[in-house]
Amino acid sequence: MQLPQYKTITRLTSEIKGTLEQGFKFETVIGEVSNFKPHYSGHWYFTLKDAGAQISCCMWAGNNKKVNFTPKDGSQIVVTGSITVYPPRGNYQLDITDMKNTGVGDLQVAFEFLKEKLGKEGLFETARKREIRTFPSKIGIVTSPTGAAFQDMISVANRRFPLVELILAPAKVQGEGAAMSIANGIAALNEFPDIDVIIIGRGGGSLEDLWAFNEEITARAVFNSRIPIISAVGHEVDFTISDFVADRRAATPTAAMELVTPDKMKVASALNDFMNNFGAAVSANLSGKKDSVLRFINSPVVKTPVNIIKMNSQKLDLAAMRLDNIMNTNLKDLKNRVNSAILHLKSNDHNRILKKGFVFVTQNDKFIKSSQELRVKDQFQLNFFDGKILIEGNNGKSK
Amino acid sequence: MEKVNSDITAFKIKLERIEEISELLEDQDLDLEQAIKLYEEGMILSQECLKSLQAAEVKITELKNSFNTL
Repeated sequence: MQLPQYKTITRLTSEIKGTLEQGFKFETVIGEVSNFKPHYSGHWYFTLKDAGAQISCCMWAGNNKKVNFTPKDGSQIVVTGSITVYPPRGNYQLDITDMKNTGVGDLQVAFEFLKEKLGKEGLFETARKREIRTFPSKIGIVTSPTGAAFQDMISVANRRFPLVELILAPAKVQGEGAAMSIANGIAALNEFPDIDVIIIGRGGGSLEDLWAFNEEITARAVFNSRIPIISAVGHEVDFTISDFVADRRAATPTAAMELVTPDKMKVASALNDFMNNFGAAVSANLSGKKDSVLRFINSPVVKTPVNIIKMNSQKLDLAAMRLDNIMNTNLKDLKNRVNSAILHLKSNDHNRILKKGFVFVTQNDKFIKSSQELRVKDQFQLNFFDGKILIEGNNGKSK
Repeated sequence: MEKVNSDITAFKIKLERIEEISELLEDQDLDLEQAIKLYEEGMILSQECLKSLQAAEVKITELKNSFNTL
C-alpha cells in the first residue's frame, strides 16, 4: 500500500473551500456594482469592485426578494455575505444575504469610507488649498442650469459686482451620472485660461440628492482642477466630500458668490474716497504753495514800498558803514606801515654816518662792499654826504 | 463675452491708475499744474468706474459641451 505523494485537485479545492468559507463569514463590504446580471431563475450575478480589486458576487432569489431596489452597474452598495467556493469552476464568490443601496440608508457608510480613503491620500490637505481672489473677472460655475442655486448666484453677482462674467458649465447635479457630469464641467472650465475661480454646487436636498458631491469622481475632478474651486452644496449643515477637497467651502451657493465678489457699494465708496482724496491732495498741495506765497507777501519787507525803501536805505547805510570801517582799518594799517618804514629808514640813514667822515663807493650804480668787487680800471664814484665825485679808472695800470 | 471681458479689464486698469494717481498726488512737492492734471484724470476715471459699476449687468455664458456625457 503506497501513501499518495500528491493531493487531488478535488482535495486541494476542498481544503481551500473549508478555509475560505470558515474564514470569511458575514462580511459587510462596500463596493461598486458592475456586470450586473439578473438570471431568469431570479438569482443575481454581478461583480463588486473598487479601485484595487474585484470579487464575484451572487445573491440568490430567496435573498434578493427582500431587497427593495435593483442594483445597477456603477452604483455603490453595501452588502453582507459569506465566501463560498464553487469547486467545479475553481472560483470563489461572495454569497450575499443582505444588500443596501448606499443611497437608502448606508450612504453615511460610503461617505465615511471615501472620506477616510481620500484623506489618507492627501486630497484634503490644507497646504494645497489655494487663495480665492475676491476681485474676479470671470467666475466658472458648475451646477444645474435650471436650478434655483444658479438663479440665486446670478442675482447675488448682479447685486454685488455686475461687471463680472459668469461661465456656466451646465451639469446634472443629482442622480445617475451626475458625478461624471460635474467632473466634466470642472474639466471644461479648466480649458479657459482666464477664469479666476469655479463654484460647484447645488441647493439643499437629501443625502441622496447631494450624493454626486460625495463621489470619488467628483472629488478627484475638484482635486485636479487648475483653477481654485469653491464647493457650495446644499445647506449650511451639509458637508460633502467635495467640500473637503475644494480650496474653500461655502455654506450655500449664494454664500459662495458673496465670497468671491466684491460688494459694489464698497467699491463705489472706495471710488468716492479716492475722489475726495484727490481733492484734498490738490488743495493740500495748493495750500502748501499758498502758504509760502502768503509768507512772502506778509513779510515786513514786502508789506509797503516805503518799507522797501527804508529797508534799502538802511542797507545802504550799513554798507557805507562797513566800507568806512574797511577803509579806516586799511588806512590805519597803511599809515602804520609807512611810519614803521620811515623809522626803519631813519635808523639806517647812511647820511648820518657819512657826515661823520665816511664815504661809500658805487660803481655802475652798485654799492661796492669789498675791495675785491671794485674794478679799478673802470670808473667809479665816491659818495660823500654832500655830493659825489666821479673817479676815472686807471685803465689796467693798477697792480 | 468679448465686450464684458474688456469692460472688466478696462475697469481694473482704470482702478489701478486711480490708485496710482492717488499715490502721486500725495507728493506735496508735485508741481501744481501736474497735480491739477492728475486730479482731473483721477476724477474722470473714478466717475467712469462708478458709472460702469452702476450700469453693468452680469454677462452669462453657458457652455454646451459638458452636459450629460453618460
